[in-house]
Amino acid sequence: MSDEMTLYLQVWRQKDSKSKGGFQNYKVENVSGDMSFLEMLDMLNENLAREGKDPIQYDHDCREGICGACSCMINGEAHGPGKKTTTCEMHMRHFNDGDAIIIEPWRAKAFPVLKDLAVDRSAYDKIIMAGGFIEVKYGNAPEANSMMVGKEVADFAMDNAACIGCGACAAACPNASAMLFTAAKTTQLSLLPQGKVESKKRVQSMIKKMDELGFGNCTNERLCEAACPKGISIISIARMNREYMGTLLKSDY
Amino acid sequence: MSGEIKKLDSKQPDGPIETAWDRHRFSLKLVNPANRRKRKVLVVGTGLAGGGSAAGLAELGYQVEAFTILDSPRRSHSIAAQGGVNAAKNYPNDNDSIWRLFYDTLKGGDFRGNEKSTYRLAQCANSIIDQAVAQGVPFTREYAGTLANRSFGGVQVSRTFYARGQTGQQLLLGVYQSLMKEVGKGKVKLHTRKELLELIIVNGRARGIITRDLVTGELEKHYGDAVIIATGGFCKTYYLSTNAMASNGAAQTRCWKKGAYMANPCMTQIHPTSLPVMGAYMAKQTLMSEALRNDGRIWVPKKKEDKRDPNTIPDDERDYFLERRYPSFGNLAPRDITSRAIKQAVDGGNGVGPTGVAVYLDFKDAIERDGYDKIKDKYGNLFDMYKHIVNESPYETPMRIYPTAHFTMGGLWVDYNLQSNIKGLFVGGESSYEYHGANRLGANSLMSAMTDGAFVLPVTVAGYLGETFATLEKVDDTHEEFDIGMKVVQGRIERLMNIKGTRTPDQFHRALGKVMFDNVGIERTEKKLIEAIESIKNIKKEFYADLMLAGDEKMNNELEKALRVEDTIDLGLLMARDALERRESCGAHYRMDFVDEDGEAQRDDENFQHVAAWEYQGDDTEPLRHIEELVFNSIQPSKRSYK
Repeated sequence: MSDEMTLYLQVWRQKDSKSKGGFQNYKVENVSGDMSFLEMLDMLNENLAREGKDPIQYDHDCREGICGACSCMINGEAHGPGKKTTTCEMHMRHFNDGDAIIIEPWRAKAFPVLKDLAVDRSAYDKIIMAGGFIEVKYGNAPEANSMMVGKEVADFAMDNAACIGCGACAAACPNASAMLFTAAKTTQLSLLPQGKVESKKRVQSMIKKMDELGFGNCTNERLCEAACPKGISIISIARMNREYMGTLLKSDY
Repeated sequence: MSGEIKKLDSKQPDGPIETAWDRHRFSLKLVNPANRRKRKVLVVGTGLAGGGSAAGLAELGYQVEAFTILDSPRRSHSIAAQGGVNAAKNYPNDNDSIWRLFYDTLKGGDFRGNEKSTYRLAQCANSIIDQAVAQGVPFTREYAGTLANRSFGGVQVSRTFYARGQTGQQLLLGVYQSLMKEVGKGKVKLHTRKELLELIIVNGRARGIITRDLVTGELEKHYGDAVIIATGGFCKTYYLSTNAMASNGAAQTRCWKKGAYMANPCMTQIHPTSLPVMGAYMAKQTLMSEALRNDGRIWVPKKKEDKRDPNTIPDDERDYFLERRYPSFGNLAPRDITSRAIKQAVDGGNGVGPTGVAVYLDFKDAIERDGYDKIKDKYGNLFDMYKHIVNESPYETPMRIYPTAHFTMGGLWVDYNLQSNIKGLFVGGESSYEYHGANRLGANSLMSAMTDGAFVLPVTVAGYLGETFATLEKVDDTHEEFDIGMKVVQGRIERLMNIKGTRTPDQFHRALGKVMFDNVGIERTEKKLIEAIESIKNIKKEFYADLMLAGDEKMNNELEKALRVEDTIDLGLLMARDALERRESCGAHYRMDFVDEDGEAQRDDENFQHVAAWEYQGDDTEPLRHIEELVFNSIQPSKRSYK
């Protein structure tokens, strides 16, 4: 193909969570514009493997932007330059021949590096564990259509439920705040009638857990919203703050 | 091991099909609530089937340990299902019923699924919609607040529930949240980034697993009183598929090598509408939802190797081959039939695009009929995704599509309890062969995985624990079988690390994938299958002679891949063998040497109305092909025609 490029990568290499990391330079040739960013890294890795060198570790799975596994800072931006795009969905046609690309792992204290570009995001699982669910047991559900939910409400709940838990919001935030992630879940669940019952306990315990885990606070930088591959709005953060304040002021009955 | 061919009994209950599951459940033993915490279940895989059963069993009071190779259960591959989940709620009042869902599923599978299990599936499907709504799944709704439905390929009613184009994601997150709730309570112990490398059997019963920690590289022993395998399908045997990168059949293959039977491994669904292959380093193929065929028309130019811009080709020079060949279903013909027709058009030299290996899926007529806005509203997400990848707008230029591997109907053999022939080993979701026969209908996959996880496994696994409560011997990880298992796994890893050849795991995987797609793919013949078996044996030989493994024994993607590819090669070989021995055409298994005068699939009920269940006999010995006869009392198998 005629659109083949040569790229100059600076990739963060770190042996394990305890070692000190650093950038290493790689030249990648014959990159086609139709390749995805991860396919470009695959090609580099295959070349490294053939030379007997340790390939670059990075998380990835579905490669269609839904599982939330992929996670790189590309030239300083979470998931790279594309709007509403995960790293795996970004194609190399967005780069030019001869470009230098800096690739780093997520930046957040609560996401420690495991190796190279792979980080530990179990902190997000812990936030969900603290209350990001509806406490209904299997077999204990009423008939589905016995609960009406207006289309607008259902749609807004879905906008928030679209979160893929990738961690870009915290990685992009100068405070490494997990507010957008947490707010997306509290908003989805407290909007729906089936989730309202536990909303007070949920918002309190999820926020408490988020703070405990070392995520910072929100100072309205809006970088999370810009980095979110699913376009979740910071309106949800405002909504969560209001809901949280409400739990401190209002009585339950 | 004995070389005797067995007739397997899947213990389908006798009597009327409508009450079979109720009567069967009543026959299962219970465990006193206070005793449940004394029993531990290991669940491998945390998708809809695994995550659901782990949460469900924990809610009942059993100890559960759940394992995933990913960094979180929320990334399990159930998440990628787009279109929807079926249930016969009959909300649109279009004459749907449990019976019709049951019949459509069985007919869609070309009468190679189990009658009573399939009926149970159709019965339980309504409850999964209730459960998902209660868990907070934001299904798409009508303005009045009720749940919306749409139709899907191969059926004529609207029974598909959906959450935009992300139904799998939403169902999985519902299950994930129910699982994390139990993890938080300490009822489930969650192991992330751990991969099953060996099943441990003690006195004929599944009692544990050996896992490898994908971060530290450490091997670990885990013991329990029952083991559930819910690790998904194995389309990665084709290398390129719609499946996620970590989806693989290695866990099933490990169980197979320990004596669990593998059922109908040749039954693979090649999905018709995926994006075509775009380059040598393409890692996976992206699916374009079946829903697009509601409005898109599939065609190729009548002239061979016609390189003109598709918009300049007049209508009378286009061949709308699905509408021509299947007038009553047209572009909505079932997946297997559509995939074959597309392949035949391409093989005939009428393919389009730079590689010539694609056909057009055209929305021009739909846009003219319904307007740009309506089409954007329906398919905007998918059109954007296509533009993202291919850099062309489907509003202006027809999409280019081609079939790719998508779903495995085959899997580990199970009985009505979803129990393998190995006692205490249960299998759920895509990992087992149970419901979809020779072809799966759209939106039936989420239905079966969630039914197994939420409503079948928690009942049948508990039944097994009840039945064995007084007699099951006490086993923990000090048992010698665990030490033997550790040595076997360590030996495998050392063997692969020490080959020090010249080819990477991906190179072998790609070679295997090519053989599989060309010979064990959409169209099969005796000659091609015999060739495939020889080629795969060669790949296997070369793998052990020439594998190169970079990195060390700690966090190392190359080592993970090598271990999976090793098993995938054996699984590919078994798929080819199964396809060779099934001397009929049925569903997705299309043998060009078994067709009728119109070139349509020729099923052979007299000789092949059965499930083939393969028993491993050692690395150098041909496996045995056992048989489970399929009995149909409730309906009569008919010829599957969509003309």
